[in-house]
Parts: sequence; C-alpha cells; structure tokens
Amino acid sequence: MTAHPSSQGLDAHLVVERGSFRLDVALSAAPGDVVALLGPNGAGKTTALRALAGLSPLTGGHLRLDGTDLARTPPESRPVGVVFQDYLLFPHLTALDNVAFGPRCRGTGKSEARARAAAWLERMGLAEHLGARPKRLSGGQAQRVALARALATDPRLLLLDEPLAALDARTRLEVRAQLRRHLADFEAVAVLVTHDPLDAMVLADRLVVVERGRVVQEGAPADIARHPRTEYIAQLVGLNLYRGRADGHTVRLDAGPEVSTTEDLSGPAFVAFPPGAVTLYRNRPTGSSARNLWRCEVAGLESHGDQIRVELTGELPLAADLTAVAVAELGLHPGAPVWAAVKATQTHAYPA
Amino acid sequence: MTSTAQDAPRKARRPRAPGRRVPLALLAPALIGLAFLLVPLLALVVRAPWSDLPEQLTSPAVWDALRLSLICATTATALSLVVGVPLAWLLARTDFPGRSLVRALVTLPLVLPPVVGGVALLLALGRNGIVGQWLDEWFGITLPFTTAGVVLAETFVALPFLVISVEGTLRAADPRFEEAAATLGASRFTAFRRVTLPLIAPGVAAGAVLAWARALGEFGATITFAGNFPGRTQTMPLAVYLALQNDPAAAIALSLVLLAVSVAVLAGLRDRWTRAV
Repeated sequence: MTAHPSSQGLDAHLVVERGSFRLDVALSAAPGDVVALLGPNGAGKTTALRALAGLSPLTGGHLRLDGTDLARTPPESRPVGVVFQDYLLFPHLTALDNVAFGPRCRGTGKSEARARAAAWLERMGLAEHLGARPKRLSGGQAQRVALARALATDPRLLLLDEPLAALDARTRLEVRAQLRRHLADFEAVAVLVTHDPLDAMVLADRLVVVERGRVVQEGAPADIARHPRTEYIAQLVGLNLYRGRADGHTVRLDAGPEVSTTEDLSGPAFVAFPPGAVTLYRNRPTGSSARNLWRCEVAGLESHGDQIRVELTGELPLAADLTAVAVAELGLHPGAPVWAAVKATQTHAYPA
Repeated sequence: MTSTAQDAPRKARRPRAPGRRVPLALLAPALIGLAFLLVPLLALVVRAPWSDLPEQLTSPAVWDALRLSLICATTATALSLVVGVPLAWLLARTDFPGRSLVRALVTLPLVLPPVVGGVALLLALGRNGIVGQWLDEWFGITLPFTTAGVVLAETFVALPFLVISVEGTLRAADPRFEEAAATLGASRFTAFRRVTLPLIAPGVAAGAVLAWARALGEFGATITFAGNFPGRTQTMPLAVYLALQNDPAAAIALSLVLLAVSVAVLAGLRDRWTRAV
C-alpha cells in the first residue's frame, strides 16, 4: 500500500455490503498512476468501480479524490470518467455528439463542446468517423470513442471496466497498445478492472488483486508475477504455487511432500515453479538428477498455446506443460499414473 | 452491431420443411377470427349509400364533428404525453412505497366501463364535484359539457394506454445508458431528455397512437361528462350514434369517414415505424 503524503490523487477505502457479499478494498494512487484491479469473476471488481463512479453507494469507508470527499457526491458531480465494458455509446448520437455529450452536460457551449470532441476523436485517430453512429463503428473504433468520451470531461479519475473484453483477439492487440499510450499520456489517476492478467500487466503500473471482495496482493506487475501469494494469481501468471515451512534448502509443504530449493530460508514460505519446468515419466526415473520427484496421476489434458497442459493429482497436485509429441510418446490419458520431477534450480522459494 | 445492410436479404421467403403444414386446429380459428374482424368493416363499405355520399359528406355537421374529434383526440394525446411519459418513467425507474398499487390504479381506467369513468369525472370535476366546485368558485372554470370536458374525458380513458405502453418500453430499455450519461455529468432529467427519451421514442410513438385511437373512438365517458352538443362536444362517435337513431344512411357515411381516417393514420405511422426500426 503506497502512502501519498500529498492530498493529490485517489485515496479510497471502499466498503459495499450487499446481502452476503462484502467488498472491502483500500485503494490509493497518485496522479499519473495506472492501477489495475485484477481478480476472478464475482470478486467485486466491478462493484468497486461502480462505487468509485458513484453508481453504487458506499456502505462504509471513504473516498477522496485530490483531497475532496466524494463519498456522498452523486455520479454526475464527480470528476470521474468511465469507459464501460460494452462502451454504452449512445446509439442515437454520432461519435462526435457522444464525445461532446460530457462537455455539454458540464456547461460548455454547443460549438465549443463539438470542437473539443472533434479534437479528442482526431487524437484517437478517428477524424474520419466523426459523423458515424455507434452501429457503424468497429469494436476497436467504438472503444476509442468510448475512451474519448470519458476523457473529454477532463476527469481526475478515469475508470475502465474490462476495456478490452469486448474485442476479438486481433483487434485486442492493437487496441491494447493504443490504450497503453493514451493511459501513459493521462495525467490523473486511472483505475482499470480486468480479469485478464496480460491486460493488467501491460496497461498498469500497479496491480491490486481482489478475491472474494478483499485485496489479496498488490504491487508492481513483475513482483506479483514472481511472487504470487494466492493460487489464483499463481494460475494467472502460470505458476505452480505451494505454501509450506522452510528449513534451509528444503520446504515442507502444507500439502505433504518436501521440495528442495536453491534458496536458503526458514519459516513460512511459498514455493513456485512454472509448469514448463516439470518433467513427466511413466516409470520411476533412476538416473534423474532431480531431487523433487512425486507420484501423480493425470487428471486432465488441455491445449494451452502450442503446448499441452497436463493437470496432475496425487502426492502433489500440479500443472505440467508438455509438447504434443511428449504427450503422445508417454501415452498420457486421464487416470494414467506418472512420475513428476522438478529440478531444485527451477523452483523459486520466498517468505510467506 | 455487426449486422449491416450486406447481411442476407431479410425478406427472403423461408423454404418450408416438408410436411410442416399449418395445423387445421390453428388455421380454422385464426381464419374465423380474421373474418370476424373484417366482415363488419366490409359490410360498412358494401352498404354505404355511395350515391348519397357526396351530399352526406358535404353537410357541415359531419365536418364539425370530424374537426372536433380530431382536435380533441389530438389534444388528449398531447396531454397524455405531457403527464403520461413522466408517470411511466416514475413507475419504471424509481422505487417508492406502494408503487405496485399506483400501477394498478393507473390501469384501472383500462377496465373501467367508460360511462362509469364519465360519472366519476362529473363527481370530481363537475360543477359540484370535489375539485370542480373550487375551480368554479375560484377561477370561474366549468368543465362539464364543454369542449375542454371532451378533451378531459378522452384523456382519462387514453392516458392508461400511453402509460402502460411507455412503461413497458422503459423497462425493456437498458438503464445503464442513463448511468453512462450520469458519469458524463448529466443530471437525471438531462439523461432522461437527451438519452432515454430518444431511445424509447418508438415506444412513445406507439403509445401515443394507441392513446390517440382510443381517444378518437371515445364515447361513454364523453357523452356522460361532456354531453352531446353539436359543434361543441359532439364528436364523431356521438354523431354516429345519434344519426343511427333517425338517419341510418348518415350514420354509415360518418362511420366510413372515421374508418378512412383510422386507416390513413395507421398506414402513415406504420410506414414511419418500419423506416425507423
């Protein structure tokens, strides 16, 4: 949690209670920061976003933006811009009038609002689509219009709800790169909500991982990727993660077996290794130098990029990435018994 | 979003799967229903006194009644729009205690016999009515048996059609557009005026047509509350009914005029809608 001595930026503690669900998330950011709220579906990310925008009331906590208390301010009076997941461009207005809508509502004259909207759309590379209705825009264009519309009110807090989720894979790459540029240019606080770790890592300077309404980890993307603290994050970044007690170069896992590591630690610790570091054998290997060897059983196979991810249960539940050739040679199928080995040098242990 | 004009031609006749005939058990009642709706209209056309028609239609009484009908129905529709759209918004978008009761009360005039509505209006707005006596005493306004009374009687029966229709459209419209407008700085009223209203315009138009048609055909409440004074409160339906007593040929002629007006309006609006959608 970063402390901001100045009152500039976002300082929020969002508490929203609805039925049995409770969101309790502290969030702070300095102007210029891009923070990603990352979490599985139903974690409360969108609720947090709605609370920041004023669309859902806070039941507790506080919300200050640049030193101003916003907790009781209605959404239309907050200096907040929102890019909605499906954009919600007004279908009866042109791209230009969609973007001019905000400035118009905030008291700018019609011609000036339109001039400002045109400037924003030109900046987004949409100069040729000023007069287009949302229906006529491609997904990527609509996304940029939505971003321009949110930015045209000069918000002090920009919120993006799954900004790339509605796009197909190819457009996504391109839009992600553009969005990154626009966010880098944005001088106030940006908070984006996503369940895609790649989006989060590319777009944000800082990740806040939310699970079941709570912050489970936050920090720089690289730190979180290297030192995941929950299974969800480990899975997101593609790591096998275990918790245990370290004693020298050995960590006794809560799950049972021991893991040899290169790090010398003591006390509660995490051990992580990537699925690509796992080697599988049908018979117990004799000449293997790996000291970490577990008896497992194949639970499932799933293609994962150009590899096949093998889910294993048994002594130690883990995921292993193999080539299709290796899977065929080993004759792997659900239920097949296998030996899984990981070299100590491929593991990474860190204090819990 | 992806569907464009290049998509497959929509009007193309779908090839019928073999053996998928329309079952007689559905076809027969459907045709009977259709005939039931059309035969009376056909009878009106067949039995019309076509030779006398020019004479009938040039009588000033017909034109007075028609003019009054159109003016009153249109004014009643306008009144219904002014109060009905906000009322529909209130029912669809806000939460207040007793909302379902209010909705039930709004729909009451739909099922209430119009004559009863007329009596109720007399008791409320009549010269001795619970509101009417004050209108008379303070402002010197009397509503019963005036053209304004006709408009009020028609509004009373037409308004629920508009409210129900607009409320349904509002409920089907995505409220998140209003949220998007709010995050852009629009007050609830601005969001309603600049975003919601344009989005539900087709539904409002449909409700307005329903209300207008209902107002145009209004009989019971009108004759009870406003009476039957030619040129002042005698609308087409009243004129038709009166003519039927002593000059059936005139009644048929008047009915034909009403039929023609209704068909013209329906055709005109249909065309506009299909282009809008």
